[in-house]
Amino acid sequence: MYHLFKPFARLPLLAATASVVVLAGCASQVPLDDKKATVSSAAASSAAASSAADAATASQIAAAKAALGKVKPSIYFDYDKFEIKTEYQPTITAFANYLKADVKARLVIEGNADERGTTEYNLALGQKRAEAVSKALGVLGVAANRVEAVSNGEEKPRAKGSTEAAWAENRRADPLLK
Amino acid sequence: MTVPTSQFIDALKHWRPWVVKGLLWSALCISQAAAQTPLRIDITGVGTRQIPVAVAPFDSTEPALKFSRTITEVIRADLARSGVISIVDAGTPTPALNERTPTAPLFVEWKQKGAQAVAIGSNSISADGRVETRFILLDTLRSESLGGLAINAPSSELEARRTGHRIADFIYEKLTGEPGFFATRLAFVRKDADVYSLVVSDSDGQNTQIALRSKEPLISLAWSPDGTQLAYVSFEERNGVNKPIVYVHTLASGKRAIVANERGSNSSPAWSPDGKRLAVVLTRDGNSQVYLVNADGSGIRRVSRTNGIDTEPTFSPDGKTIYFTSDRGGSAQIYRVPVEGGEAQRVTFNAAFNARPQVSPDGKYLAYITRKEKQFRVGVMELSSQQETIVSEGPKDDSPSFAPNSKWIIYSSQLKGRNVLSAVSLDGKLRTRLSAGESEVKGPAWGRLP
Repeated sequence: MYHLFKPFARLPLLAATASVVVLAGCASQVPLDDKKATVSSAAASSAAASSAADAATASQIAAAKAALGKVKPSIYFDYDKFEIKTEYQPTITAFANYLKADVKARLVIEGNADERGTTEYNLALGQKRAEAVSKALGVLGVAANRVEAVSNGEEKPRAKGSTEAAWAENRRADPLLK
Repeated sequence: MTVPTSQFIDALKHWRPWVVKGLLWSALCISQAAAQTPLRIDITGVGTRQIPVAVAPFDSTEPALKFSRTITEVIRADLARSGVISIVDAGTPTPALNERTPTAPLFVEWKQKGAQAVAIGSNSISADGRVETRFILLDTLRSESLGGLAINAPSSELEARRTGHRIADFIYEKLTGEPGFFATRLAFVRKDADVYSLVVSDSDGQNTQIALRSKEPLISLAWSPDGTQLAYVSFEERNGVNKPIVYVHTLASGKRAIVANERGSNSSPAWSPDGKRLAVVLTRDGNSQVYLVNADGSGIRRVSRTNGIDTEPTFSPDGKTIYFTSDRGGSAQIYRVPVEGGEAQRVTFNAAFNARPQVSPDGKYLAYITRKEKQFRVGVMELSSQQETIVSEGPKDDSPSFAPNSKWIIYSSQLKGRNVLSAVSLDGKLRTRLSAGESEVKGPAWGRLP
């Protein structure tokens, strides 16, 4: 099911069919071909689900969605830390409420790290941040199987450069509804 | 200078023993060379004492002449890059020298020109169209041969370069007593605008081939012990989610397979020395933890068990121990644990951040990233004495990888804010740098030729 909220959506979601090219031996370009089938079946189940939803559920989802628009979309962390500060509790609560209202929705939480440190340690640090958000949602009653915590490490910095401000922007977890 | 073994001199008389077959797939794939800014290699640090060596232009006639030029050039460039050998100009003799030339009268002249050793050789095209290269190395101080090589390879520029690297390795080993590191391969990630490329090149950054292109990040390259496969982490989209997944890519066929795609992130592949399994980091049980998996993706088994971060596993060369990074003590430090289970033991103590361990192929050294004065630098620890040497300058060095001869380390570094590759000798004195103009290059892995 693919609810793409503009502020949280990531651009390359469906653009990946031709984004990876394996070049080897003297073979020509070989795109990966395992995406189309998955995406179309997901879209079909999405349509069925929304037609089955009754009006009451739809209004609850709309309200939860509106509440999401009023909270900070990302959760920021201190250097080498993964504790969620209290100022982000409204964000956690809003996502928990949305997931309870829209029972078909899934959440992917992408953790990020600033560039300081090693590639893989930062991947683990981003993962720990994403998992901290996942656990906080669990505390509010969201089932673990509806949330996947993943990490971008230092590979997808939203802010470029080696300044304190850029680093602070990149120590972040983004909950992304799917 | 090492004394030649009598076996080498005896073998030289018969000329046949070291015929090296060229590599078919690489010969076929010249068309894959990247049409991008070529990589540039700079020597940034040399030894205080260098062995002066002359490399005479290899003797040949058309059509082998162009290969002779390439081979001579590659040998000279490799030896100069080693930092411990200097190239002496011994002139261009007429007629050209080859391995059959009576050299006794020439030793006096070479000594006067300062060359302690002279390489001479020749090329010819055999009946089947391949290039036959023969070469000998002469010790001018002792007026004797140090041995030589006969190499038979397909007739291509790529193979001529490989032949040059093999000869440079031979010369380096005879003169320094250490195995050479020129006939080896590098893998690294190149980023041009928004495209990531998985690049494989010779040790000098030449003969580049692109194994994969992606719009999503590629990290954590690891060569299989036999040099035929690369494991890596790709963030390409699968099933609607972009997340790190571990792949193994067979270079000759271009086929690749997923080794780890569990719930959460999958990363940090490291091959066991027998090539049968990999250590990986999975988060399926809630935290980044070290697991073992067979090379075909089967048989996942958990190795570490903490509530924190355990990552960056790497095997000791005997395959019995895994070194890894853990924050179990409150900060990132390196630990080791027996592969078959047991207590983890802390290895690093000298800084508040020590991570990304790699054991040298000879098992004697540990290279890692250490944070010193807010700079991330490459540290080298001699495992027997625990003596630490900081061999890089920072500020953001990463991904150290040992040369197959254990004497050099290549790593990611930054030069004027751009990612370049730097290589350094274990004592920190000899240095080279590999850069790609406006492009970023990072995450190097140094492997052997298959």
